[in-house]
Amino acid sequence: MTAATSAKRLEINGIVQGVGFRPFIYQLANRYGLKGEVANTATGVTLVLEGPPDRIQQFTDDLPHRKPPLAHIVEITEESQAVTGFDAFSIVKSRGSATRQTLISPDVRVCDDCLAEMRDPNDRRFGYPFINCTNCGPRYTIIDDIPYDRPKTSMRHFTMCPRCQAEYDDPENRRFHAQPNACPVCGPRVTLCDGQGQAVKTDDPIVETANRIKAGRIVAVKGLGGFHLAVDATNARAVERLRRRKHREEKPLALMCADMRQIRAIAHVSEAEEELLCSIQRPIVLLEKKAATPIAEAVSPRNRYFGIMLPYTPLHYLLLDAGFDALVMTSANLSEEPIAIDNEEALARLADIADDYLVHDRDIYLRSDDSIVRHAAGHMRPIRRSRGYVPIPVFLRDELPPILACGAELKNTVCLTRGRQAFVSQHIGDLENQATEDFFRLTVNHLKRILDIEPKAVACDLHPDYMSTRYARELGNIPIVEVQHHHAHIAACLAENQVDGPVIGLAFDGTGLGTDNTIWGGEVLVADCREFTRAAHLVPVPMPGSTAAIREPWRMALGYLRAAGVAAVDLSGLSFLKQIDQQQIAVLFQMMDKGINSPLTSSLGRLFDAIAAMVGMRNNVAFEGQAAMELEMIADDSVSGDYDFSWKETGIGSIPINTTSIIQGVVDDLKSGCAPSTISARFHNTLIRLFHDLCCHLRTSTGIDRVALSGGVFQNNRLLTGMGAVLEKSGFDLLTHRLVPTNDGGISLGQAVVAAANMNG
Amino acid sequence: MKPDKILLDHGSGGKISHSLTADLLLPAFDNPALAMLDDGADLNLVGGRIAFSTDTYVVDPIFFPGGGIGDLAINGTVNDVAMCGARPLYLSVGMIIEEGFPMADLEKVIRQMGQAAKAADVTVVTGDTKVVPKGAADKIYINTAGIGVIPERIHVSGGNARPGDAVILSGTMADHGMTILTQREGLAFESGVQSDSAPLNHMVADILETGCDVHVLRDPTRGGVGTTLNEIALASRVGIRIHEDRLPIRPEVAGICDLLGFDPLYVANEGKLLAFVPVDQAETVLAVIKKSPYGREARIIGETVEDRPGRVFMKTRIGGERIVDMLTGEQLPRIC
Ligand SMILES: [Fe+3]
Ligand SMILES: [Mg+2]
Ligand SMILES: [Zn+2]
Ligand SMILES: [Zn+2]
Repeated sequence: MTAATSAKRLEINGIVQGVGFRPFIYQLANRYGLKGEVANTATGVTLVLEGPPDRIQQFTDDLPHRKPPLAHIVEITEESQAVTGFDAFSIVKSRGSATRQTLISPDVRVCDDCLAEMRDPNDRRFGYPFINCTNCGPRYTIIDDIPYDRPKTSMRHFTMCPRCQAEYDDPENRRFHAQPNACPVCGPRVTLCDGQGQAVKTDDPIVETANRIKAGRIVAVKGLGGFHLAVDATNARAVERLRRRKHREEKPLALMCADMRQIRAIAHVSEAEEELLCSIQRPIVLLEKKAATPIAEAVSPRNRYFGIMLPYTPLHYLLLDAGFDALVMTSANLSEEPIAIDNEEALARLADIADDYLVHDRDIYLRSDDSIVRHAAGHMRPIRRSRGYVPIPVFLRDELPPILACGAELKNTVCLTRGRQAFVSQHIGDLENQATEDFFRLTVNHLKRILDIEPKAVACDLHPDYMSTRYARELGNIPIVEVQHHHAHIAACLAENQVDGPVIGLAFDGTGLGTDNTIWGGEVLVADCREFTRAAHLVPVPMPGSTAAIREPWRMALGYLRAAGVAAVDLSGLSFLKQIDQQQIAVLFQMMDKGINSPLTSSLGRLFDAIAAMVGMRNNVAFEGQAAMELEMIADDSVSGDYDFSWKETGIGSIPINTTSIIQGVVDDLKSGCAPSTISARFHNTLIRLFHDLCCHLRTSTGIDRVALSGGVFQNNRLLTGMGAVLEKSGFDLLTHRLVPTNDGGISLGQAVVAAANMNG
Repeated sequence: MKPDKILLDHGSGGKISHSLTADLLLPAFDNPALAMLDDGADLNLVGGRIAFSTDTYVVDPIFFPGGGIGDLAINGTVNDVAMCGARPLYLSVGMIIEEGFPMADLEKVIRQMGQAAKAADVTVVTGDTKVVPKGAADKIYINTAGIGVIPERIHVSGGNARPGDAVILSGTMADHGMTILTQREGLAFESGVQSDSAPLNHMVADILETGCDVHVLRDPTRGGVGTTLNEIALASRVGIRIHEDRLPIRPEVAGICDLLGFDPLYVANEGKLLAFVPVDQAETVLAVIKKSPYGREARIIGETVEDRPGRVFMKTRIGGERIVDMLTGEQLPRIC
């Protein structure tokens, strides 16, 4: 025994409950021969260490590096105290009843230890599709209430057998307090059902499922956050049948491959991308396709990328053991509706889509779609932040009052705040559907309950007809803060970067209501979290037919051509109009002249659409942003030129950015037979130079040298990378999205911080 | 000589304005109550409940395929009274005319009114004419008010829908609104569309005659079927589900809506009604509506449900359920 004994108390906040944290502390303390105790508290864990000061120091140094995989430490506070003289280190009962402030872990992939056991014929969980431990498995999606304890999860229907119970009770065991702990004797089971919901008689439902998929059938497979529809990705007819039945025309379908070797056979994978694929979150990662692959063309038509993920549940591993090049694993839903999670619901809602159903009896309480990410401009960029990431909060710079932010209309998420934490919900979806609205309400209530947050204010968009705005307004007895859409975009970027502002914010997207009742989307704001001024904007052009102009980019092309002074009669020679009826073109010009259903927009997304239509990419889109996305993908990297642009500081109000010379440049290029790939590259180059110049101009006039990039248009890799590079080269401090999506999935976070800033002052 | 334009004097109450009444209005609305030219009409109403409604018509253009401001002013108020479950009987007509309005146009408007009143079987029993200086009004504005008698035991109201009702729409959507828009703006369309302006009181009488338990009758005018259904859903605290593949619309009207970017669910009608009746009586009512010259395209477009009171949603062709909301003014795009 060392002579000098000291004592220290540590408070650790973060995701430290239900993830094997106390057993880890217990083992680490024993390793360094320290005495004392550890207990759960309302906000995390508290521990007392007694022993030689150098050992205590080693312990605290080691702690963050050796923490269990699911643990997420936000803060450690240390404090010396008097030695009490513990004679051992022990795990003691939770302190106090209020464990509600603790963080809940997301659902993560099955761990290697569990996989090894599942593969071991001598293990009692050999081939068991629900194997898990404190380091892995379901969490968020099976929790009904807090504190996180088995009776509050969908595992409450399963009573642990004595062997599972013994593991659960043993602090030395990997399954100590693993709430979803289960085995073939006592836990959930899979059943394969036919189209009528009748159980199929088979020795091995998973092998039978694989056989049916191989035969070209569509099987709905119940997973972690909802059902997938699984088909063989190399079977073109099966994939096309799935698309038809799902009414999903052109959006890419996600793939699941058994391992990295398989992924590399069909896609290019960088080291960073491999890291993302293999991370415990197991997102869908966008990867550039290889030239010749056995994957059916219909999986990702006219797209340079596949969205691919690795298996993340034991069941996925068992299914992929059957030897597929890749499975299509797409959310089991009708196009645009929420993913099915319930067995009965799946049978009812997927009746016209799935041939068979691989179900199980562990309920999913809260649906969570697969997350989608890409690696761009040196970082991971979330496109859809859901399973694996939610409900880890975004940690903020300042404390916020409790706020509910209701998000946008499409790609909706909601956000609840508590102290310095902002909980952005999983992807809820497009609120045009009744089913999605139901899911929205369910999620708000569920999150309020499991996070124990009672909002003091509600934030929403300015748009009066967003479903989320209506919801906020109907709440009634709570202050409401309406946040302009693009201010929310920039504020979200500030929030996740823990910056308060001011910044020059480039907010580029498809559509958002502006304070002047026009549709914004090509905005340069000077903003902080509290307020903004519109420093510059694209000169607005009419959207002939309003929403129809979003579905049909050729309308935007006409809008821009007219704005550039091209008369209806001068359109001959523009081949994209060859398929369009002359009378329709005439009527559209009349509409714009007379202002009939032609709202004005300064949206950059719409300018992308217009250019995409002009170069002949497509006149109609199956999903918003499709034309713009395809325009990006064809850009020729070797082209360096750009088009003229002009903007003029008028001294008062927002600087209007004139697009006439850009449009004229594109028309000239088209008439001289330039390739679309050249025009696309020049257009991108133009935008980068234009907005770089504007930022420099604004730096001079405002003294602000920090730029935030946000909005759906920044899913455009070429623009994000190019814009970022020139800005950083010019010495700007650059803020971009790495935690929440740059698209409208990030809006709720921005609304929350803007609302908070306006409540305080 | 008769002037060919309306003069300010036409509204003076003097001789020239009297000739307007005597030469134009009395013959058009020919009936003893009006002929008395008293300050008000002396009417004989058989007791019971009275429905009373008024509306002002400012449509531009004043003449359009399928009708004009004159028959619209009669049919609109006749229909509003009829939607109370009443038999419309008497109407008043008030006109505000701009100085310089062509006399020939006025004659045409009044002729249309007279014919419409005859077709609807209602009597115009009192009226008023004012002329305002040029520019103070646009051509002509017409106000009509009407009263009718509600038969005993009939209780129809936008608040009476019950779960388990069928929703019947008496014909195609958006004909009137798209006609007016394309005419007003002079949009270059080849295919002719026309207003559905029509009196629905006889159709309503036939519906009530069946003895079916009619809960709601409404004419989906301004705001269209979508807005009217939302009003009913809110007033009755029921959910309303309609079916996209059952919504009647003329192909040429659908084409124009498509091109102009309008959702036909929110475009005005002037000769259509929505009827809510218990599902088991729906076929009976539908058959009666279809016998009317204005109801040949009638369909059962949906039903009321207990779920989601106050909401309207539409089963789409692909099987989803899209929210059909009440829109705040302009149709601003919501897609990002
Ligand atoms: Fe946006
Ligand atoms: Mg009316
Ligand atoms: Zn594990
Ligand atoms: Zn067990």
